[in-house]
Formats: sequence, C-alpha cells, structure tokens
Amino acid sequence: MKTPSAKTGRGAGSPKRAQTGNSPAAGIDPQALVRMYRQMLRIRKFEERCYQVYLQRKIGGFCHIYSGQEAVAVGMIDPLGPEDYVITAYRDHGQAIARGMSMRAAMAELYGKATGCSRGKGGSMHFFDVPGHFMGGHGIVGAHIPLACGIGWGIKHRGKGGVCLCFFGDGAMNQGAVHEGLNLASLYKLPVVFVCENNGYAMGTAVSRGAAEEHIYLRANSYKMPTRRVEGNNLFEVYEATQEAVRRAREDHQPAFLEAVTYRFRGHSMSDPGSYRTRDEVEAHKSRDPIGQVVQHLEKNRILDAAGIERIESEVDAEVEDAVKFSEDSPQPDLDSAYEDVYVNYPADIRQRR
Amino acid sequence: MAEIEFRKALNMAIDEELARDPDVFVIGEEVAEYDGAYKVTRGLLAKYGARRVVDAPISEGGFCGLGIGAAMLGMRPVVELMTFSFSLVAMDQILNNAAKIRYMSGGQVRLPVTFRGPGGVVHQLGATHSNATESIFAHTPGLKVVACSTPENAKGLLKSAIRDDDPVIFLESELLYALKGEVPDDPEFLLPLHKGRVVREGSDVTLVAWSKRVHQAMEAADRLAADGIRAEVLDLISLRPLDQDLILKSFRKTNRLVTVEEGWSFCGIGASIADIVQRQAFDFMDAPVERVTLEEVPMPYNEAMEYHVQPSVEKIVKAARRVLYRDVKESTDGR
Ligand SMILES: Cc1ncc(C[n+]2csc(CCOP(=O)(O)OP(=O)(O)O)c2C)c(N)n1
Ligand SMILES: [Mg+2]
Repeated sequence: MKTPSAKTGRGAGSPKRAQTGNSPAAGIDPQALVRMYRQMLRIRKFEERCYQVYLQRKIGGFCHIYSGQEAVAVGMIDPLGPEDYVITAYRDHGQAIARGMSMRAAMAELYGKATGCSRGKGGSMHFFDVPGHFMGGHGIVGAHIPLACGIGWGIKHRGKGGVCLCFFGDGAMNQGAVHEGLNLASLYKLPVVFVCENNGYAMGTAVSRGAAEEHIYLRANSYKMPTRRVEGNNLFEVYEATQEAVRRAREDHQPAFLEAVTYRFRGHSMSDPGSYRTRDEVEAHKSRDPIGQVVQHLEKNRILDAAGIERIESEVDAEVEDAVKFSEDSPQPDLDSAYEDVYVNYPADIRQRR
Repeated sequence: MAEIEFRKALNMAIDEELARDPDVFVIGEEVAEYDGAYKVTRGLLAKYGARRVVDAPISEGGFCGLGIGAAMLGMRPVVELMTFSFSLVAMDQILNNAAKIRYMSGGQVRLPVTFRGPGGVVHQLGATHSNATESIFAHTPGLKVVACSTPENAKGLLKSAIRDDDPVIFLESELLYALKGEVPDDPEFLLPLHKGRVVREGSDVTLVAWSKRVHQAMEAADRLAADGIRAEVLDLISLRPLDQDLILKSFRKTNRLVTVEEGWSFCGIGASIADIVQRQAFDFMDAPVERVTLEEVPMPYNEAMEYHVQPSVEKIVKAARRVLYRDVKESTDGR
C-alpha cells in the first residue's frame, strides 16, 4: 500500500494550499505560540500516558489515541472564544483538552471514576464538558455532524454570537449524515466550521479505498461553502486557515470546510495491530512531528531556549502525573448513579421493580 | 467434525456458501483487506477476490441498502455490520426496505439478504456501542431474526440464513467469538432457522435465553442444581418467528418461567414470551413470569456499573428462586 501522502497528493502540490501565503507563522504572537506549544505537548503526553495506563488495564473499552494530530486540535481551537463551541468524534481527548477540559477530569473519565468529565458513564469516546462548550465526543461515525448544525442554528438564532467547530475523520466523510449536515449548514447559513481530519485512514481503510474522490475538500465544494485543504501537521497553517474560516462564520454566518491533512502515530484504537501501514510509513510521518516543527520554530526564532522548553516539559509531566494520581485516588461512582441522568424529570416510580 | 472457534465456524459457513453459489457475496466495513474487524471473514478476499468480498466505506445506510437492492435481483448478499449498534444508522433500509418491499410489491420480490455481525454489550464500550437491537428487529414483520450461541449452530444457522429467501438478521456475539466447539464440516450441514433447542433438561423451572446469555443461563442452572433445583434451559435461536411450541412444552412441564435478555425490559422479547405463556398456558402457571433484563438505562462505561445493570448469573438464580417461592431476600431498594 502506498503512503497516504503519495495517494492523496497532499502537500505543496495541493491547489488550495498555494493560497496560504508564505509564512503563516509571522502573524502569530510569540505568547500565543508558546501557549499552543504547551497545549500540544499536554495532549501528546496525556495520550502517551493513556497508552501506558490502558496497557495496565486501568482503562476499559475502546481508546483512540490522538498523538500526531495535535496541531489540528490546538491550531483550530486556540482561536476560539468562550462563546464558541466544539464538537468532535470518538478520538476526542485532544479536542477536549485543547478546549480547556482539565487532565484530571479527562483521565478520571477514562478510569470510570465519579470525578470524570462524564461521571464515569461516557468513557473515552464520550467526553463532555458542556459549561466549557465542549459538546461531546461522539461514538457513532458521522452522527454528530447534524448536531453541529443544530448548535450553529442555536448560536445564530439566539443572536449571542459564536461559532461551532465540528471535527470528524476522513472515514466519516462517507456517512450520509455528514453530507446532509453540510448541505443544511450551507442552506441555512449556519456558523459552523467543519474540520475533516484526514489522517489517511479510517481504521484499516486508506482514504482512496473508501472514497471515489479522495480529495476530500473537493467533495465539500458542491455544498457552496468555502473549502480549503491545509497541512494539518503545520500549526501555523492550521491556525491561519482557522482564523479566516471562523471570522467568516462569526461575522457572516458563512459555514466553511477545512480538510486538515495529518497522521495518527498510534493504531486506530488500542487493539489495532496496524498491519495496513508499514513501519517506514509511520516513521516517515513521525519525522514530520507537528510538535517537533513547533519546537524548531520556537528555538530558531529564540522564542524559547532549551531551558524554557525543558521547563514546560517538566511542568506538563507533573500535570499528567497529577491527573493519574487524581484518577487513582478518586472514588468509584455510587452504583445507584447508574440510574441517574436518564431524564431531567424522572418519574419517581421508575425505580420500582418491573 | 473438528473443534474450532466460533469465528471460524462462521467463516466456514460463509466460505462454503461463497463456493456453492456465485450469487453470494460479502460486503461490509473492513471485511476484505483487514480480514474483518473481528476476523470472521479472514482469508476470504484471498480466496474469492474483491468482487465477492467487498470492503465498504463507513456508509451503513448505503451498503445495507445496496445489499437489499442486489437481493431484489436474486443475489444473496451477506452484509456484515461491524456491530449491530451501527445498524441503527441503517434502520430505514432494514426496517422499511428489507422488511416491507416484498409485501408492498404483492409478493413479486424476494429479498434473500443476510445482515450479520456481533450484537449487544461487550465490555465498557459505552452507550452508543452496547445496543441490544434484537427486539427492534423482532418487532418488525418481514424480518427473520436468528441468534446463534455455539460454534456448531453458528455454522448451521448462518448457512441456512444465506440460503433463505427472506431477509435474515443474524446476531452473533463478540464475547463468543473465541469459544471453541465441535462443528460438522459437511457443507450441507444446515439447521432450521425457526427452531429453538433444549440445552439442558429439567423439571422445576424453565430458563429461556439466546445468544451469549444461554451460557449464563447454563451457569445459573448449575448453581440452582447445587440447591437441588432442576432448571430446564432453552436456547431460543429464532426470535422471529418465535418457537412458541418449544417454550410452551417446557412451561407446561415446569410451570415456572424466567426469561433472560440483554436488552431493556420494556417492549422486550421476554414481554412477548410472557404474553404468549399467559394466554396459551394460563392453567399451567404456578408463578408470574420473571424477566431478567438490562436495567432501563443506557449502558454506562464504568465497569462496576456496567456489570450492575446487566443480566447476570446471580440475577438469573434469584429470579428462578423467586418463581419457585424459595427464600430470596428482596433488595430493599425495590429493584
Ligand atoms: C456508524 C459507525 N460505523 C462504524 C464504526 C466503527 N468505527 C469506529 S472509528 C472507525 C473509523 C473512522 O475513521 P475516521 O473517520 O477516518 O476517523 P479516525 O479514526 O481516523 O480519527 C470505524 C469504522 C462506528 N463507530 N460508527
Ligand atoms: Mg481517519
């Protein structure tokens, strides 16, 4: 199997990318860069720790690791304000953390603890932080795209302003619900920015084996909204493209579609042997590590020196360890809480034996 | 006869039917190059090629519908759902098209399509991935619903399902895929789709179950036996049409019935069984029918909670003791 980069023709040759200007990093202030670097590192280290504790059987069920894709979540969510919303699929730890969920709440959810972001009921695929406008991790491929339209509808018609950023994978692009959602967003002029994270594969299926048109952004063109393909491992390019799309969504209620070309470093989930990709392919992508690219930029432009980078690393390490300890020490949820949260107004007699 | 894994038994069934009938083809997510998400279709791509073992994108509505359309021309698609939880995306295709087109056409159309895959709860996959969908399908005239429970019946039933001229929902269980058992290698080994079976004979109480819950019912029967209670265990196999005679015959002998199901209680299959029993064998009833089901909540992720809300061996034993009016301490919380 060819590498997805070769197959999808990503990179400098892609027609949309030519419009991105020469140095998107130029416009980002150094403070924001450091902040985003830290966020990316927080996600990476959180995910790699998840990987370890999963192997220790602290986490159950499916667990989809985000490592390698951090520039997408961080570069897209950082430009948002508190009034904006984020919704995503089941590979949701990165987006949740980028949107402000504490590592403690995230890790405790994976442990199934009462202190988890979904009280131990959701698990890895179903993170939620509604006060933080993180509207979920969603387990069914493609199912949350219409929800993003509804969120956009609410934003628009309640007149409070804001946008909804909706993430999904390349595989999701083949679900009917996604296309229905794209059409609705454009038809009703909803402030939704759709972000297709094209990491080359849906489980073991390379993009070209699942889609007749493998240039994903071209498929979105038919819905009459601006589309653009960006190098998803390049934080600066992602950031710049997002600002533009978010501005239009915010000001003109103009939905947009961004395809972020990226790569996941780990298997699809913890149980994936990954036989469909060669070691060489994975290594080649690791050499374009999005975090490595930011570090290079920070050092080259003397925004951070080695000591500064090391300090952030150790702070993040400590934060991850704290989240693990917090999760270990947190109480198991009361079994009775299994019966809570089904309804807002739950008839009192539902607890009676059937 | 050879002792093989459940997933291999399914694989053999599909393999043999692919070999036997050029109209049979397999379609679903990851079924070909990846050998199946749970390796049920392992090796079939290499043997039959990409025209007959077809990888589909994540488009359940699309490829389930495609299977139904091909069946309208007389082909025999075997549509794999990675899990039946994802069949919810394709419900219109299955419940409206597969179930009703024959009827609406006044019998002009046959729909020999099989939808197969694992159903129900696995382990900590959360609410979206733990749906027991059988009562939805069994509710719908036009569909046949079959649940296999051993490597042997997995093979014999799947072959019959593929050869059947009506749409069949064929339910497996991920938790059974590694189970080993004797399986006939006769390529004409077929089991009837509409017949349940007595797995264990007994005279004191009837336990009715299907799919992986049969194994729990058997364990419960062992425990009851230790207390001198002889439980009869039925494996329903066919959920639509229901093998009423099997249930009634056993009930007329034991006069007490416990149904076990993975789904919710309300509108469940056990409710229909209780209905049949009270109407057709009222005079034989020595106790109200007890039902062991999932609690009326979406499946929680937390491991202890997930166990707590599901049917369990303990719950089946308790229910059996209740219908026998043996001392059971009622839990004080009323559940
Ligand atoms: C409706 C539905 N079908 C199948 C699945 C199983 N499944 C989970 S993730 C996945 C692949 C999705 O790939 P993609 O959209 O590219 O996202 P990625 O995993 O690469 O982030 C599949 C097939 C599912 N969760 N929902
Ligand atoms: Mg993908």
